[in-house]
Amino acid sequence: MSTEEFSIRKYLRDVPLPFCLGCGDLTVMNCFLRAVHELGYDDLHDFVFCSGIGCAAWIPSPHFKADTIHTTHGRSIPVATGVKLVRPELNVVVFGGDGDIAGIGLSHLIHAARRNLDITVIMVNNMIYGMTGGQVAPTTPLRVKTTTTPYGSFEHPLDATHLIVAAGASYAARWTTVHREQMKEAMIDALKTKGFAFIEAVSQCPTAFGRRVGLKTVGGMLTWLKENSIPLKEANKMTESELAGKIVVGEFVRRRLPTLTETIQDVMKEATKDVRKS
Amino acid sequence: MPKPSSSSTTHFWQGNQACAEAAITAGCRFFAGYPITPATEIAEHLALKLPKTGGIAIQMEDEIASLGAVIGASWAGAKAMTATSGPGFSLMQENIGYAFMTETPCVIVNVQRAGPSTGQATKSGQGDVMQARWGTHGDYAPIALSPNSVQEMYELTIRAFNLAEEYRTPVILLADEIIAHMRENITLPNPDEITIVNRKKPRPEDKAFFGSQEIPPMPAVGEGFSVSVTGSTHNEYGYRFTADQMVHQRLVKRLVDKITNNKDKIADVECYNIDSCEVGLVSYGCTSRALYELIDFGRKEKAKIGFVRLKTLWPFPDTVIRRMAQTAETIFVPEMNLQQIFYEVKRAVEGAAKVIPINKIGGGEMITPEEILAEIKRGTKLVH
Repeated sequence: MSTEEFSIRKYLRDVPLPFCLGCGDLTVMNCFLRAVHELGYDDLHDFVFCSGIGCAAWIPSPHFKADTIHTTHGRSIPVATGVKLVRPELNVVVFGGDGDIAGIGLSHLIHAARRNLDITVIMVNNMIYGMTGGQVAPTTPLRVKTTTTPYGSFEHPLDATHLIVAAGASYAARWTTVHREQMKEAMIDALKTKGFAFIEAVSQCPTAFGRRVGLKTVGGMLTWLKENSIPLKEANKMTESELAGKIVVGEFVRRRLPTLTETIQDVMKEATKDVRKS
Repeated sequence: MPKPSSSSTTHFWQGNQACAEAAITAGCRFFAGYPITPATEIAEHLALKLPKTGGIAIQMEDEIASLGAVIGASWAGAKAMTATSGPGFSLMQENIGYAFMTETPCVIVNVQRAGPSTGQATKSGQGDVMQARWGTHGDYAPIALSPNSVQEMYELTIRAFNLAEEYRTPVILLADEIIAHMRENITLPNPDEITIVNRKKPRPEDKAFFGSQEIPPMPAVGEGFSVSVTGSTHNEYGYRFTADQMVHQRLVKRLVDKITNNKDKIADVECYNIDSCEVGLVSYGCTSRALYELIDFGRKEKAKIGFVRLKTLWPFPDTVIRRMAQTAETIFVPEMNLQQIFYEVKRAVEGAAKVIPINKIGGGEMITPEEILAEIKRGTKLVH
């Protein structure tokens, strides 16, 4: 742990933040930088941040005083893959929204988890396409009215954390912006994880989501997140219908599996051995 | 073709193998790709060879991810490449624009097959010439090279890496199925005689990695420069400016100008008799292999035939085409598509010569020298 007191400014560039008043992205940014601080990093020189398109992609880029790569929509994980494979000693962290990570970029998320690529992916799930003004997302709850589902969404939302556990991630957790302490601790765990770490940060978007579901204030949205959250242990005892519309929070998986860079290094060692023999 | 010397070696290689070997020689240490006919052998060969050079070859989930990983690897400091064919090249277009906008050196090999869509996956074509020029959205200027032999698959792959590094831009090696799958003798020069270009690195005090000079220096991540990379319009420090007209114009103009202002250095052609020909020919890739036989035909028929063979398609070498048009009355443009470079030739000659297309698509059938000669006879009174 760093001896200095936490100051968010030392990790940030002097660039105005773009987020709306009451945006959950600020909470996620705060939790992440506190985690970095508590892990003893006085700067972000050992980190590379990759993000795609959407509000949450702006958390690291251009605000973090670090190497930041702001990619095309949905492709932050492939770019992070290239970075990590060439520079395995760097901490590679991906930030993105639910549209970026679980919509257009979902296949990359699954494959990165399957490969157990040693990066951390933080998906801020605000259940909506916020930047473009409130369109239905793969995470939007059933029957919620959005600008592209004016009569209510007719699709079931995706449980990204559950999916990523099945895909083979080493670490996966879901918390909301109300659970700031737990989220920060989860980020510490994720950054310490050897292998693929995934955090779903369920977050409030008062601008594009709250007002469509009758939650016009930030406080109202946070109360809604709090009241709808069910700890994983309790959720395990509940039926599917009891869990409808609830947010299951907690640590979903933590396991030690061979990571992609470890496996590649092993395979490479074998390949070089063959060269010496021949 | 390099002159065989005591240190050069001769091999009997497939075009795709020559490309993969050249990539390693050029310094490529990262390959990401997705299987696709007729480019797969490049991935297979690099998967076999790259780990033995300390490099990495990985098969990604699709072509979008492949170019994404290549871009990440390039920013991590590695020379990186992907290889695909038409359908995969289509998927890569957004990230090609991203690589152009962020000035990310990388090589994209497109072994052309007959399209559109799935088309004829195992048959050669030259239908992606305009996609290589205009495939991504917005204003940009690509570099695309066109090899016509196994030897050139090797030489132009090295050149593609050198141009990517020198100009800090994505470079397309626009090959075709015939050149990629054909086996020919190839002479490899002594490695010491091969020119290898590496990207200009910043000095510790440098901060402008996206402007201030025509080709800015490029740091890698993890070097302490805190580089901000974005596909959004940005200033010379990499900070986003998405509403300012001047910042956008300055950036995109510079990105385009750094290619077009150096057109004469980048655009490479093979010329024959262009200052005294009556019949001109412009061709490239597999189709251009017919040109040499036509010179013999021309001699026999006492016709003055000249040609320009395009080793670089983009930027397009206008000047040399215009020069040929000063003497050539008619210029024929054989290509395995339904007229693509034809219009570019027509534009370049500015009415100084008649331009006639010769086209054939499908089945991997090449345009034969006899077919070209028949067209020349039909289109001119010079050859009887």
